[in-house]
Amino acid sequence: MTTPTRDNALEDMEIELLLEGIHRHYGYDFRNYALSSLRRRIRDRVQAEQLRTVSGLKEKVLHDPACMERLLLSLSVNVSAMFRDPGLYRAIRSAVVPLLRTYPFIRIWHAGCSTGEEVYSMAIVLQEEGLYDRCRLYATDMNEAVLRTARAGLFPLAAMKAYTANYLQAAGTAEFSRYYTVSHDRAMFNPALKKNVVFAQHNLAMDGPFNDFHLIVCRNVMIYFDKTLRARVHALFLESLVRFGFLCLGSKETIRHTHVETEYAAFDAREKIYRRIR
Amino acid sequence: MAYQLVVVGTSLGGFEALTVLLGGLPANFPLPLAVVQHRGSSVEEPSSGVDLPLLLQRHAELTIADAEDKDALLPGRVYLAPVGYHLLVEEGSVALSTDRPVWHARPSIDVLFESAADVYGAATIGLALTGSSQDGAAGLARIKRQGGLAIVQQPATSASRVLPDAALKGTEVDWTVPLGEIAPLLRRLLGSPASESPTGL
Repeated sequence: MTTPTRDNALEDMEIELLLEGIHRHYGYDFRNYALSSLRRRIRDRVQAEQLRTVSGLKEKVLHDPACMERLLLSLSVNVSAMFRDPGLYRAIRSAVVPLLRTYPFIRIWHAGCSTGEEVYSMAIVLQEEGLYDRCRLYATDMNEAVLRTARAGLFPLAAMKAYTANYLQAAGTAEFSRYYTVSHDRAMFNPALKKNVVFAQHNLAMDGPFNDFHLIVCRNVMIYFDKTLRARVHALFLESLVRFGFLCLGSKETIRHTHVETEYAAFDAREKIYRRIR
Repeated sequence: MAYQLVVVGTSLGGFEALTVLLGGLPANFPLPLAVVQHRGSSVEEPSSGVDLPLLLQRHAELTIADAEDKDALLPGRVYLAPVGYHLLVEEGSVALSTDRPVWHARPSIDVLFESAADVYGAATIGLALTGSSQDGAAGLARIKRQGGLAIVQQPATSASRVLPDAALKGTEVDWTVPLGEIAPLLRRLLGSPASESPTGL
């Protein structure tokens, strides 16, 4: 493609300077995030902080850690839902769990777990399949604030109707409501679900491998990364997966056209479950 | 400026409109098309449901599919925003996001149009078809501001005229044409010298 005319080249430069400043001052590296979504999130933040320009945001962020916290939240929170893409959980239950059963002890990594909806979903599936006690789930995110939410296991009560529908479609075998208690406008999930969950800070853009896993779940996280950062993360996952381990991506992500493509076979192409083959 | 990308936004009545638009374009259409059609409700929902790409494909020679993250933008291909995702563009490829709905919609037309305006600027053709919310009007105005071309389906021929009306109110569009004449217009524009300015049908 030829280079198009861009009247917003100045703003793009300001964004570059903002990311550079954040990296040097706070150590968070957003420099290889996909620009289109990043631009939207930064513009939203400029508005919310009642500023006029990205440069204004840069100044405020560098001098006010509380403003950085807010920016970090808007740049790093990935919206999800419990049992998002129910077909995936059906496939995990019917095809992946039987293979996981063959291991005496199972390690699962939810990379970029955000507020934890998918971690609790996985815990429910494992519990219903009688496998939970042999599992340890590592739920990691770069952002301490979202990890606190995930750890608390508190989700908006208003979301439960949609989550229940997802759960039923995901072939849940119990009453979904038995997994939480209601407290005001929140649903608090049964603490037994997080008994074997380790919530920890880990930054996919900067940190390295920390264990061997039988299953890695990283859904709709790399859609916010550019191709360079995505390649880094795929290399990290490859290094972290046991041979014949599983990798679950988001429903519209693919491993095709990445450098690790030949390391995996499509285990369930529709649900984006890949299996390491060597 | 040679055009490089067509972005299309529609909601209520969009399926019929898209069959007419896409059905009127040849398999060797020289640009990629990125399309947001509001699908289902805005809240979290299962990705199952109607197979829109398959249904549209029956009416069109172009290759139509739900966009996958980081797909390369290729001529003659139609990239549909998947259910539950915003569709955006980067240079030469598509991008997806699960960020919050805009105008209660995810996918949102404004999100696609604004990213196209940012990345492709004057090389963008923005097309607002029938629609029952004003999602898309701000995005079309942005495309226009960045020097791109803005086309709106004539409100009288729209199943729902809220989007066309809002788009016309929000910006000086280049063309307002009946549904059946949009594909012929695109074919003509893209066959013409890039310097030609639109002066009428």
